[in-house]
Amino acid sequence: MRKVAIIGTGMTKVDKHWKKSLKELFGQAGIEALNQTNSPAIDALIVGNMCASDLSDQNNIGALLADHLGFVPNTAYRVEAACGSGGAAFLAAYSAVASGMYDVVMTGGVEKLTDGVGGNTTLSLGKAADAEYELFYGSSFVSINAMIMRYYMTHYGVPREAFADFSVLMHRNGSRNPLAQLPFEIKRETVLDSDMISDPITLFDCAPVGDGAAALILCPLEDAKKYSDDFVEVAGISGATDTVDIASRESLLTFKSTVTAADRAYKMARISTADVDVAEIHDTFTITGVLSLEDLGFCERGKFHKMMMNGAFEPGGIVAVNPSGGLKSRGHPVGATGAYQIAELFLQLTGRAGKMQVPDASVGVAQNIGGSGSSTYVTVLRRV
Amino acid sequence: MSVPRYWREIPRRSRLETVKCSECGTISYPPRARCGKCGSSKFENYKLPEKGELITFTIVRTPPKGFEKMPPYIIGVVKLEDGTLITSQITDVEPEEVNVNMKVEAVFRKVVEDGDSGIIQYAIKFRPVLK
Repeated sequence: MRKVAIIGTGMTKVDKHWKKSLKELFGQAGIEALNQTNSPAIDALIVGNMCASDLSDQNNIGALLADHLGFVPNTAYRVEAACGSGGAAFLAAYSAVASGMYDVVMTGGVEKLTDGVGGNTTLSLGKAADAEYELFYGSSFVSINAMIMRYYMTHYGVPREAFADFSVLMHRNGSRNPLAQLPFEIKRETVLDSDMISDPITLFDCAPVGDGAAALILCPLEDAKKYSDDFVEVAGISGATDTVDIASRESLLTFKSTVTAADRAYKMARISTADVDVAEIHDTFTITGVLSLEDLGFCERGKFHKMMMNGAFEPGGIVAVNPSGGLKSRGHPVGATGAYQIAELFLQLTGRAGKMQVPDASVGVAQNIGGSGSSTYVTVLRRV
Repeated sequence: MSVPRYWREIPRRSRLETVKCSECGTISYPPRARCGKCGSSKFENYKLPEKGELITFTIVRTPPKGFEKMPPYIIGVVKLEDGTLITSQITDVEPEEVNVNMKVEAVFRKVVEDGDSGIIQYAIKFRPVLK
């Protein structure tokens, strides 16, 4: 297998982009990524998206975007793994380049959630869960994670307030991100006093609903210099699964797919958690962020609050977590989120993250979850 | 929801019938093509117990499409007497009276109606055990 590099990235601001369509958003990100390189011919486009068929009445997104970006007649297709679609598309693109099948591949993700109206968006996102054994009973995506959060609180005796402080940290980080959907600081009370969505999850435990697109260009590492001055190596990557319905799992206190994917990706990159300088983790809800910290090996189980308040997840601590603000503050354009995470790490490792910059970052980990832990993609990037 | 899609799940969702691995005895709910534990594809029919304990729950306040008239309603994970976990609605109890470890039992209830002319969907829910 060939070593693979990322040579260019582009991201739109995550926002409610009322004036822009699905293809316009990805077009903007794609052009930005191409402009960071000397625009090599794109051999394939592999893009992540979850909800377009429900909310924008659009399938066949690969060809639609290839046409929009002028890649016709080269191959293009969409990859879907719920909120993990961006990470899944990246894995497919990586495999395509590593195998030698294609030389230069554009990947990324795009999501246009604001084309949905009211309960349609909730229903569409809920389809990440098991349609017959969870959604059938009126579960929403939030309610499944709310059950996991209550179970965690009961098991470890962790108070609800501890989770609010996770949101506070994410918003403090995101306030430095010019592309964040919610770039402002909040207080613990902001979370505690916000509307109850599905007990114990309130509005400010949740990532916001928004639109966005992120694009990444991959090529063989040995060719990277030909195309771009700034590039990073994809040092490790893995995807893993668990049961879609949470009741079929042995434990509700861990996402086994994250543990497995992280273990395999770390081994491939020959790193341990101590080598990781910066991580973009998947905090759809505060509970998802906390379980991710534990499952990635950054945090002792049940002890996140004390560690967090001691600065363990900030620059100078164990690992700088979500300098972008994470899903909570940067935003969560679902099928694009995994691509955002990797693009943000690219900026960190090439020293171009501006006010978000983690000093001297050389190893970054992105963790993108689909469903409530049923699919996870972990990617390790290394500064070259 | 189409009638066949609703109808084919009746043994599971309305009668708690599922399968048990003939090789290692692992109970699978819902049924799978291969046992998640040992990989066998030989199964025998198995009826789940109708009593158990609530291990976690939530009160849905922002519902998905189709459930707009229902909130607040309770979704929970029940640990049945044989250890099998099952997600369902918790019924016949006020949201503020639900608690973890509550003993519950299966009861047949309406879940939702598909508008004015669609099918009425029924399934097993769980209620607090009657004294």
